Amino acid sequence: MATITDQGTAKVGAQVGRSVPRLEGRDKVTGRAEYTHTMRLSGMLHVKLFRSTVAHGRIKSVDTSAAKKLPGVAHVVTIEDVRKVIPDPYYGPAFHDQPILADGKVRFVGEPVAAVLAADPHVAEQAAQLIVAEYEELPAVYDEVEALTSKVHVHDVLKPAGTFADLKHLKDAKGTNLALDYRLRRGDVDKAFASAAHVFEHEFRTQKVLHLSFEPHATIADYKDSGVTLHTASQGPSFVRTEIARLLGWPENKVRIKVPYLGSGYGSKLYIKLEALALALSMIARLPVKVALTMEEMFYQITKHPSTFRIKSGVDKDGKIIARKCEVYWNGGAYADIGPRVTQKSGLTASGPYDIDNVWIDSYALYTNMTPAGALRGFGVPQLVWAYESHTDMIARALKIDAVEFRRKNLLREGRPHPTGTVLKDAAIEKVLDRLVERINWKQPMDRGTGVVRRGRGLGIAIKAVISPTTSVAIVNVSADGSVALYCGTIDMGQGSDTAMAQMVGEVLNMPAESVRVVQRDTDVTPYDMGTLGSRSLFHMGHAVRRAAEDAQEKLKALACEVGEPEGSNIPIPALFVKKYGMQAGNVIGTGIYKPDYVPPAPGTGLSSNVTPFWMISGAGAEVEVDTETGHIKIAKLISVLDIGKSINPKIVETQISGAALMQLGFTMFEKMHLDGGQVTNASLADYKIPGFHDVPTAMENLTVDVTQSNGPFGAKGVGEVSTFCVSPAIANAIDDAVGVRLMELPLNPESVLRALRVKAGKPLGDE
Amino acid sequence: MTARTIHFTLNGAPVTADIKPHHNLVELLQTHFGLTGARESCGQGLCGCCTVLVDGRAVSGCLFLAVRIDGTEVVTIEGLDAGGKLNPMQEAFVETGAFQCGYCTPGFILMANQLLDAHPDPDDDQIRHYLSGNLCRCAAYPQIIDAVKLAAKKRKTIAA
Ligand code: FES
Ligand code: FES
Repeated sequence: MATITDQGTAKVGAQVGRSVPRLEGRDKVTGRAEYTHTMRLSGMLHVKLFRSTVAHGRIKSVDTSAAKKLPGVAHVVTIEDVRKVIPDPYYGPAFHDQPILADGKVRFVGEPVAAVLAADPHVAEQAAQLIVAEYEELPAVYDEVEALTSKVHVHDVLKPAGTFADLKHLKDAKGTNLALDYRLRRGDVDKAFASAAHVFEHEFRTQKVLHLSFEPHATIADYKDSGVTLHTASQGPSFVRTEIARLLGWPENKVRIKVPYLGSGYGSKLYIKLEALALALSMIARLPVKVALTMEEMFYQITKHPSTFRIKSGVDKDGKIIARKCEVYWNGGAYADIGPRVTQKSGLTASGPYDIDNVWIDSYALYTNMTPAGALRGFGVPQLVWAYESHTDMIARALKIDAVEFRRKNLLREGRPHPTGTVLKDAAIEKVLDRLVERINWKQPMDRGTGVVRRGRGLGIAIKAVISPTTSVAIVNVSADGSVALYCGTIDMGQGSDTAMAQMVGEVLNMPAESVRVVQRDTDVTPYDMGTLGSRSLFHMGHAVRRAAEDAQEKLKALACEVGEPEGSNIPIPALFVKKYGMQAGNVIGTGIYKPDYVPPAPGTGLSSNVTPFWMISGAGAEVEVDTETGHIKIAKLISVLDIGKSINPKIVETQISGAALMQLGFTMFEKMHLDGGQVTNASLADYKIPGFHDVPTAMENLTVDVTQSNGPFGAKGVGEVSTFCVSPAIANAIDDAVGVRLMELPLNPESVLRALRVKAGKPLGDE
Repeated sequence: MTARTIHFTLNGAPVTADIKPHHNLVELLQTHFGLTGARESCGQGLCGCCTVLVDGRAVSGCLFLAVRIDGTEVVTIEGLDAGGKLNPMQEAFVETGAFQCGYCTPGFILMANQLLDAHPDPDDDQIRHYLSGNLCRCAAYPQIIDAVKLAAKKRKTIAA
């Protein structure tokens, strides 16, 4: 067999499982890594957007005359101008509902209404301030529960994109804000509730928060009649290409999407964001055009879904949950983005990691007059876990059963059907719980304190299905000198995917991961990938990469055979190419494609015998100290325990676990977009606090359980978002343990704690 | 607005640039010198992504007017690996995996070097306190503490 002997002394089995420092590390620490937001093309125009100041209204007029007159302004563009170059200027992944610029109506404060183009960004900014718009204000709807029955409709007619079968029935629907209703029906909940010894019903809410990646959204479009190139900060270049080609009515091979490193994304740069606008503006200007947001503008681009979750459980006399009813309302904002997928894909696990015979789930995607909502590190699952793990603790507390004991009684175990009907496999729920219980010393009594400061602990466990079915394609290119390049569309936005993928190539081809070149994403050369989202890449792209490397390996073997090498020959790769081509020439190209098996949920019941290729399992435990006089909460310890199969790169896994847990800590403790009549009143880092050094818990543990994902590449599965799931309920449960108050709404800030404490003491605080 | 010419030292080399009075230091570095290691994120002096050393002092480039650069000595992240050799702090960041997306990293490295200049052997609290003006949305904070400690050791070995 041909082996690569000129690449050091790596052994097969030496690459996967090794903490290889990130391949792009040097570029990042020297400030030389390239990001779209700091890129420039020569002759490029800058854009400043003029945005709506009303949440819902008909546009009466947009006066751009003064802006146009400002020296240095190249163009001022409204939807009428866009329509001349793109006749049907609507885009979106689930619905074609979002206009490139506001079209007749505005649907949220901050919606782009007009765009100013100038060579000098300061001129563009000045000109944008000279634009004047008049609106006929319409009543608006902001609350997700109200939106279901409201007479205010954000869209007159719904326009599903046609890509998703479960949205087809919404085509041309009128008089509704409902962009998807996912349901799951298993057993008979009503009958079970009637026979239950105890029934518990609670409502939990989550607030509007956002990704706030430090590299704000940015796209540069360079349109020519022969083809268009977009440089864009995107988590899904293949989708962008498809959507841009559709808008142009072009074949995909005339559309090129290039993505450098991302100053992260966390879900905010998925599907299509600024790309359609940049395209239209470049078509109008016939020059390269850059649209780059400021941090403030990110508050008007995409956020996480606020949610309301009504959950009801029936428990028998032995503490077994026999029925659970879940009604989840997702506040999708003015445009659907990927909300309907969040609604369905997370909705199906809304009853949690429990074995319950009777389950009823309704999950509603709703339009409202706010900034659109999309995926944020967990695809809706953190909102669900917040509710069901708080609820689970409340039941245990009411029944005076130990919270761990109660969970153990009800755990969904290996080989049992999940409520969807899919049999649980490689889901180490019990192991995760065991490890958590051990690390948080659950069995030892805790000193809860007697003075002003009280201590408590809490935990939570969670399950998530990966977005399915999705496809990844990879190419491994062996050059005649034996060096190897990998072409894959997974975007490295900080999760370390380039390094992990290179490790998999190195593992198969017996070479150090550091020697594998991962080619920058460019749809002209990197093949299709569904997108870097939902912790899917390591599993799906990992398989494609493994197959591509194996294919290259097979072809090298065949080549050795062809040139007359004996079976098992150790001829170095360069010598092999010389033998074949007479000089250093040629390539061996391996390809790999992966798409898992999948059975779509049956309409009406949501049941499926194979709803996901793998389950993500996580647990979190928290120890808190609560100051009963101020409501101040200190997180003394935060423990994350995950089932991620085998670690490809343990060090990167650890930073992913701690990073995601800390991000969720911000969403749990203080992050909140304040809204007043649809207007965001804290759209800046000065007023929207995110976790800093002082918010890191005194002690953090970032752990995995020792398991193998039997159908995963090298036994692995995804990790990027998994440690976000349980942080919020673990902390809320710990607060309850410490001071006996239960918070039903995020964030868990000192004010809410203090208010709850005062209510408990019979001395409620006034409204400021 | 009238342009004016400024002269300063950039990573050890004398340079000149024609700037407008409203340009800030980040724009100056990016548009005139193609240096993108200092980058704007919050634009309000709150995140540290735009950190630059001016006469040895760390400043927020997003708030620092370019005209004030006239006659100063400017060091950016790109000036740290002279001759292709990483600075000990850069090495330590790579070895401890003290970043994810890397957008905030240049700012942290410049600040952390200042910290070690002032406190060669900082404890966790000193590190947290000194670096609390820099934010990392990927929340690589625990690893950044490890990196600073490793860099402190590296510096001592070099000095010894
Ligand atoms: S961009 Fe200057 S401090 Fe944030
Ligand atoms: S590494 Fe992404 S912001 Fe710090």
